[in-house]
Amino acid sequence: MSVLELDAVVGGYGDTQILHGVSMKVDPGEIVVIIGPNGAGKSTAMKAVFGLLNLSGGKVSLDGEDITNMPPEQVVRHGVCYVPQTSNIFPSLTVEENLEMGAFVREDDFQPRLLELYEVFPPLAEKRKQTAGTLSGGQRQMVAMAKAMMLEPKILLLDEPTAGLSPKYRGEIFSIVKTVNATGTPILMVEQNAKQALKIANRGYVLVDGKNKFEGSGQNLLDDPEVAEMFLGGGAAA
Amino acid sequence: MIEFLNFYLIPGLVLGSIYALGAIGITLTFSILRFANFAHGETMLLGVYITWSLVQFSGLHPLIVLPVAAMLTVLAVLFIDRAFYKPFRASPTIMVVIASFGMMLMIRSVVQFIWGVQLKGMTQGIQRPMVFFDSLRISPKHVMIISATIVLMLAVHYLLSRTKIGKAMRAMSDSPELAKLTGIDTEKVVRMTWIVGGALATAAGVFLAIDTHIDTNMGFKMLLPMFAAAILGGIGRPFGAVAGGLIIGVVEEISSYPWIGTEPLLNPGYKAGVAFAIMIAMLLWRPSGLFKGKVF
Amino acid sequence: MDQFYGIFLYVISLLTMGGIYAILALGLNIQWGFTGLFNAGIAGFFAIGAYVSAILTTAPSVRHLGGYELPYIVSFVVAMIVSGIIAWGVGKVCLKLRADYLAIATIGIAEIFRLILKNETWATNGPRGVSMIPKPFESLPEPWNQLAFLGLILATVVAIYFLLETARRSPWGRVMTAIRENEKSAMAAGKDIEKFRMEAFVVGCMLMALAGAFIAHYLKFIGPNATDPMTSTFLVWVMLVVGGSANNKGAILGAFLMWTIWSASEILTSRLPDELAIRTAYIRIFLIGLALQIFLQRYPKGIFPEVRPKPERRVNPAESPAGR
Ligand SMILES: Nc1ncnc2c1ncn2[C@@H]1O[C@H](COP(=O)(O)OP(=O)(O)OP(=O)(O)O)[C@@H](O)[C@H]1O
Ligand SMILES: [Mg+2]
Repeated sequence: MSVLELDAVVGGYGDTQILHGVSMKVDPGEIVVIIGPNGAGKSTAMKAVFGLLNLSGGKVSLDGEDITNMPPEQVVRHGVCYVPQTSNIFPSLTVEENLEMGAFVREDDFQPRLLELYEVFPPLAEKRKQTAGTLSGGQRQMVAMAKAMMLEPKILLLDEPTAGLSPKYRGEIFSIVKTVNATGTPILMVEQNAKQALKIANRGYVLVDGKNKFEGSGQNLLDDPEVAEMFLGGGAAA
Repeated sequence: MIEFLNFYLIPGLVLGSIYALGAIGITLTFSILRFANFAHGETMLLGVYITWSLVQFSGLHPLIVLPVAAMLTVLAVLFIDRAFYKPFRASPTIMVVIASFGMMLMIRSVVQFIWGVQLKGMTQGIQRPMVFFDSLRISPKHVMIISATIVLMLAVHYLLSRTKIGKAMRAMSDSPELAKLTGIDTEKVVRMTWIVGGALATAAGVFLAIDTHIDTNMGFKMLLPMFAAAILGGIGRPFGAVAGGLIIGVVEEISSYPWIGTEPLLNPGYKAGVAFAIMIAMLLWRPSGLFKGKVF
Repeated sequence: MDQFYGIFLYVISLLTMGGIYAILALGLNIQWGFTGLFNAGIAGFFAIGAYVSAILTTAPSVRHLGGYELPYIVSFVVAMIVSGIIAWGVGKVCLKLRADYLAIATIGIAEIFRLILKNETWATNGPRGVSMIPKPFESLPEPWNQLAFLGLILATVVAIYFLLETARRSPWGRVMTAIRENEKSAMAAGKDIEKFRMEAFVVGCMLMALAGAFIAHYLKFIGPNATDPMTSTFLVWVMLVVGGSANNKGAILGAFLMWTIWSASEILTSRLPDELAIRTAYIRIFLIGLALQIFLQRYPKGIFPEVRPKPERRVNPAESPAGR
């Protein structure tokens, strides 16, 4: 059974419909990447999972349980964690306080988890007491991801985690994504750096105008000439 | 010089402490619930009258009954939030501003109905000031007000920096949307905000009543200085609000000191305008306040 | 017959006061209803109008500034101009910030004005106020003087109503609605939002001053109590919300309706024994506040909901500029 499944999801903001029947799924242990042009509705698809839209059709299920239109605070409690594209940290809190907030719904002691994550994100351990708003872009992204990981989620949703980062940080984030995934957390990720993302992905979806356009394994999409032309900056991947 | 300390600076600090306590509530609701709460002065008023009744009833000192009075006031505030503000959580915040504006008159009219409009005193008798270094005179009530304010501020600091709910309050003031996505129980945070704001407002009101007297306009009169203090310090910065409160309290008092010649610099009748002038200057020069608060 | 005449005079006074409040409500409607600006200091602008007009028209007095004995039309215009200038200053500071700040600043302006009225006794006679203000048509015999004054008020209300309706349907009005509904797209369309807001705020405050001037001449007296937030600011808000924000008919209806309720309930409670009468006065305020809350929550559109002027061309959402 898939961890997360969107089945012909229809919805948008207010009266404006953005998603016209989007379907996708994430199986246990997978990294799934969503690519597509600006304004295709990639972020909107993530918000649909997280109960931030009012879906007028289709179904979202988590481990087979229907979570369509469940409010976000409930979705979190069901084990889905989401790192939005922008403003995804609490800038006036320290790094450690941000992580602590990530663990808000946990009743048990989160200290062990905190220490684990400091090992995955070494720069954060160093800057524990620093105000998150003063960090560099890459480090902020790490705070945002670590914050979402505090709950040991069933699945992690990342919206463009490498947007605006330097190549060095980009590589670092991708390797962290792999590390996190290696611990057994499935990941659904939107990415603009399609080539790099598809390389680490098990599968990928191409979204255009709020509809599925292509889908396939990471390698298949990389090899597909049409996809390559549209999103990979010309030519099939090396 | 000593006259300046005794009659201007110390009263200014006392008044400033009172503004500071009130302004913390304003700045917290403004940054966490995202609206300017016009009923905050009347919360203070309600707290004062509840305290007065408890004092009459029990014969105890106001400070001793203060915790009970604060609790009762907080209950009233929580009820008001539920009945009158919560329905607008998803609406544009200006709706809550209007609701709080209406609440301002509703609370005051309830107080006037129950307790009448005559002036009342919180404590009887005149206290002898304590004398330091032969000439520095501080009345015991002023010592008490300033030290109680310091204790309350330390408590607020502890809450916001050490407790989970306090950190969640700061998180929500950074971004209510992200707080929700993170799974923070935002309704619980809202309740805590009202609890802190309501309790501090009661304390501020009672201190003002001890320092002066009780009348049904005291809440409204406090409103402008409290807003000014919150804006001066920066919205969402509780310690900015404290600094703002102290500055405004002191400036209000020393503005009528005869700095030039023998006449008060500013006609004491315009004291209440000082807060407004400072607020406007701040909005013009730096709307984010001294400590880089939020600007909406 | 006497009783009938008494009732007749009472109805005239109800309509006169209702009409004055209608001007206030129309002024607020421009600000809140059409533009979304929160004015919490209606009382201040109202009092500015009242005092300016009173001082400009009264006979010389040792108690306050005056003795100019100017014609009404001049005093009305000056009252509106003074209020407009002050509103411009407030607007300059607050209009670029969110509505909350304007609310705080306007309540502050009203408070400052109250301090001035109390302290500058040489000009305002302090707490005792300005009396013996002349009243238009007062040389006519009773009840014609009252009727003529009522006529003046009602004619003003009607004139303002038609002006505002014309403005609302004009391109100016449509921009206002766009600004209130969706600032970002209005901004994207290249509209100078602050300028439009400023116009609405200033015009609204000028109407409030006009209403203040009318009140001063109608009552022939004005004191610092005119700045009481209850009787002016708050009542006007309730009138507009109950009548229907963004609807000029609603503003007028709300004003007459709420004033009638307010005034009639005062007559009822004043028959109670003294002590009780004073206390029930607070219940009236409470109930008016409750009415506001109930309307805000249950009937936020008021009695007359907003009617949108028809757009010239229906904009297809799909064609509208992408990206927010
Ligand atoms: N909060 C919102 N309210 C209304 N419309 C929105 C909102 N957010 C996005 N949209 C619209 O929805 C469409 C899809 O936006 P979305 O953010 O999902 O695109 P995206 O694929 O994530 O693009 P990008 O690569 O730029 O992040 C766009 O046309 C956008 O203008
Ligand atoms: Mg996006």
